[in-house]
Amino acid sequence: MIIAERKPLTEVLEMLDGSGEITVLGCRSCTAICLAGGEKEAKEMSEALSLHSELKGKGWSVRPITVERACEKEFILPLQGVKGTVLSLACGVGAQVVQEMFPMLQVLPGVNTSNMGAPEGIGVFVEKCAGCGDCILHLTAGICPIARCAKSLLNGPCGGSQNGKCEVSPDTACAWDQIVRSLTTQGRLDLLERNIPPKDWRPSRSGGPRRTVNVEAMPGDSQKAWRDTE
Amino acid sequence: MSVSMLQEMLDAGRFAVTAEIGPPKSCEPEQVRKLARMLKGSAHAFNLTDNQAANVRMSSLASSVLCLQEGLEPVMQMTCRDRNRIAMQSDLLGACALGVHNVLCISGDHQVFGNHPQAKNVYDVDPIQQLMIFRRMRDEGMNWGGEPLPQPPQPFLGAAANPFADPFEFRVARLAKKVSAGAQFVQTQCVLDVERFQRFMGYVRERGLDEEVHVIAGVIPLRSHKAALFMKNKVAGMCVPDHIVDRLRRASDPKEEGIKLCLETIDSLKSIPGVHGVHITAIAWEEIVPRLVQEAGIRP
Ligand code: SF4
Ligand code: SF4
Repeated sequence: MIIAERKPLTEVLEMLDGSGEITVLGCRSCTAICLAGGEKEAKEMSEALSLHSELKGKGWSVRPITVERACEKEFILPLQGVKGTVLSLACGVGAQVVQEMFPMLQVLPGVNTSNMGAPEGIGVFVEKCAGCGDCILHLTAGICPIARCAKSLLNGPCGGSQNGKCEVSPDTACAWDQIVRSLTTQGRLDLLERNIPPKDWRPSRSGGPRRTVNVEAMPGDSQKAWRDTE
Repeated sequence: MSVSMLQEMLDAGRFAVTAEIGPPKSCEPEQVRKLARMLKGSAHAFNLTDNQAANVRMSSLASSVLCLQEGLEPVMQMTCRDRNRIAMQSDLLGACALGVHNVLCISGDHQVFGNHPQAKNVYDVDPIQQLMIFRRMRDEGMNWGGEPLPQPPQPFLGAAANPFADPFEFRVARLAKKVSAGAQFVQTQCVLDVERFQRFMGYVRERGLDEEVHVIAGVIPLRSHKAALFMKNKVAGMCVPDHIVDRLRRASDPKEEGIKLCLETIDSLKSIPGVHGVHITAIAWEEIVPRLVQEAGIRP
């Protein structure tokens, strides 16, 4: 899932200065699960903004709307008819889809979208994948060194790995320490002896903004048209 | 064929000495020249660090050239932190064009340690891949993209090894990977825990790596127990045994004790099979290097 966290309220208030009608957009998918922008958070934010407006005489009219998935056009139809400002508690993807669909609205980010990760404990989320576009998890015991090693090293732990921790912080596990351990458990240490050559980063963000096409998913005639142009 | 004196010494089986020179945080060439003149003759070659601890300093290439001009042989360090494969190959071509042939390929300290923790790092390639790229340029006469090089660079390729990092069992495997990627010499993290280093070298010999690569063991003269504690707590990948901290704390003259300790370490290292030299890191205490090599009997 996509991990995000709420922006500090002061920053949000600053962004909203000069607004009139404000809609706080919650999303029931990823940002709800990481407790940054679900229905509950949208409602709370909405209340906080109303209170602030009342106290400071801002004259805002604020209301929350929560959708199933802000990143898909079909799901954001409830925003039809909304005017003014949308404070998005959906991730950066959702915010952009809403903006694209409703160009007259001013869509503002209410959360900082951070990474693709998973919950580790209650309220703790850890980055897992950097979307490099060419997965090598089969070589690294299912632990991603690109997202989880602070230097994205592909050939084993650097000299800063100590006691299972990464040199950047005692709170950060060394991904390569985990990989070595997992490969040991799996009896696959031979994988470590192999040198992985420089990676082709084109499928990653380095190749420019990405567009993924799944021809199979297209309707029949579009499939044919697509194949003809390829 | 040797492309540098360091390579010649090592290949001839002579005990090599290298020492570190930290480039200044400014553009004053005189700062490098002064250190160079003071250290000249104390080592076979001198490492010019590459924005060490992720602090902005004069570039290792420029500092290497200043050393050359003073008659010292440089070892140019190059981290993977600050450049992608394009910049790396470009810098290698530039270095060899200017007469800098010893190149040490390293991952580099993460930028959180330095004076620009806000920076974005590169890590397009890791040091093993960096070695692969440089070796191809030299041995196959082409850049990594496959284009022929009319005049291939002739680097003497080095890498770092840290016997004190974890997981310990993997450290020798990682060295083997570096060797198979093209490392001709390795400089190790400073040895303060001689016992652990001996174990490491045991594994190195077991795998026959001592026949394939020159291991240059790092040493560091410590001025005080505070310096030892700093190394222990603040420097990534260091191992400082408590008895060393205690010994320096108890000493009436900690500096002299530090020198004695360093000399003892050099002495033990000299007798370990497979150790082909020492690398002295005396950052901010460079003036001690001439005395150390003199008293250790390893002056070139
Ligand atoms: S290797 Fe690439 S695709 Fe696979 S988990 Fe890591 S970043 Fe994601
Ligand atoms: S300590 Fe581990 S996770 Fe951190 S940079 Fe080094 S190898 Fe990567």
